[in-house]
Amino acid sequence: MNIIFNGQERVLARPLSIADLVDELAVPPTGIAVAVDEVVVPRSTWATTVVTPGARVDVVTAMQGG
Amino acid sequence: MSSQRCRVGEHVGADDPCVIAGRTLTSRLLLGTGGASSHGVLEAAIRASGADVVTVAMRRVPREGTGGLLSVVERCGVELLPNTAGCRTAREALLTARLAREALGTSWVKLEVVADDTTLLPDVVELVDAAEQLVRDGFDVLPYTSDDPVVAQRLAAVGCAAVMPLGAPIGSGLGIRNPHAIEMLRDVVDVPVVLDAGLGTASDAALAMELGCDAVLLASAVTRAEDPAAMASAMRHAVLAGRLAHRAGRIPQRRMAYASSPMAGMVGS
Repeated sequence: MNIIFNGQERVLARPLSIADLVDELAVPPTGIAVAVDEVVVPRSTWATTVVTPGARVDVVTAMQGG
Repeated sequence: MSSQRCRVGEHVGADDPCVIAGRTLTSRLLLGTGGASSHGVLEAAIRASGADVVTVAMRRVPREGTGGLLSVVERCGVELLPNTAGCRTAREALLTARLAREALGTSWVKLEVVADDTTLLPDVVELVDAAEQLVRDGFDVLPYTSDDPVVAQRLAAVGCAAVMPLGAPIGSGLGIRNPHAIEMLRDVVDVPVVLDAGLGTASDAALAMELGCDAVLLASAVTRAEDPAAMASAMRHAVLAGRLAHRAGRIPQRRMAYASSPMAGMVGS
């Protein structure tokens, strides 16, 4: 199935939870937040929220900015 | 003699603390982290500035990783003020603010809603709308706004914790183009006023404080200076000097000279 991950199309072999997706990023899971279809997914529900086909998933963090 | 030498900032202890959204700031200089050439340069600038609040932007995690900005912030012991830079609509700003709260665990947000990439001027209609919704959602909202006193009043009325008028367009270094507007704005709102954007050098920051602003937020003036740490130190002292001058009560301006030496006892009279 296909999803839009951080603005780019990505093929997933199987349905993944948000927690699995964050694992794939290989970044420390602190200091990041996730939105699916422009709605924030609280960290407490990452493990139980499964990404559906066509979902737009964004993972953001703090960067330099004024 | 050395014990009598005046040290910059020695009278600041008598100053009222700057309190924004219930938090007491030890420095009236807030530093933006945008524009630094490296995290090492940024860290030196943060330390030299004496700021205890720094702004950050929220962006998608790059493939190569997060880059360690949060480690720099943690080492410096400063608080984060996430911004909504780049947002063009209230809808975008709301999502960005909520992501920031989730990622960084702070309800503070520097709310930016700009009209276009050329001027980066605030879209004040979207801004007031976003501010109202974020306040309702429990955020402490610090909006980057125009130097319009009426808009500032609207932002204060919807519950913003402070208002942050621009001195000039973001990154322009032009200084405060309309000091009268800033002074008037300061007089008509009852929340802290933080001069944000457009400053170029230390005298600009001092002027902001002399006009009665409660604090100054700047980024490019420091991060893009030839020596960012030195400019950060200059800004720190300028903010202290401007604040002291504001509290000291300047002399009235007059068109003609007013001698300070007595005329009586002149030789030859």
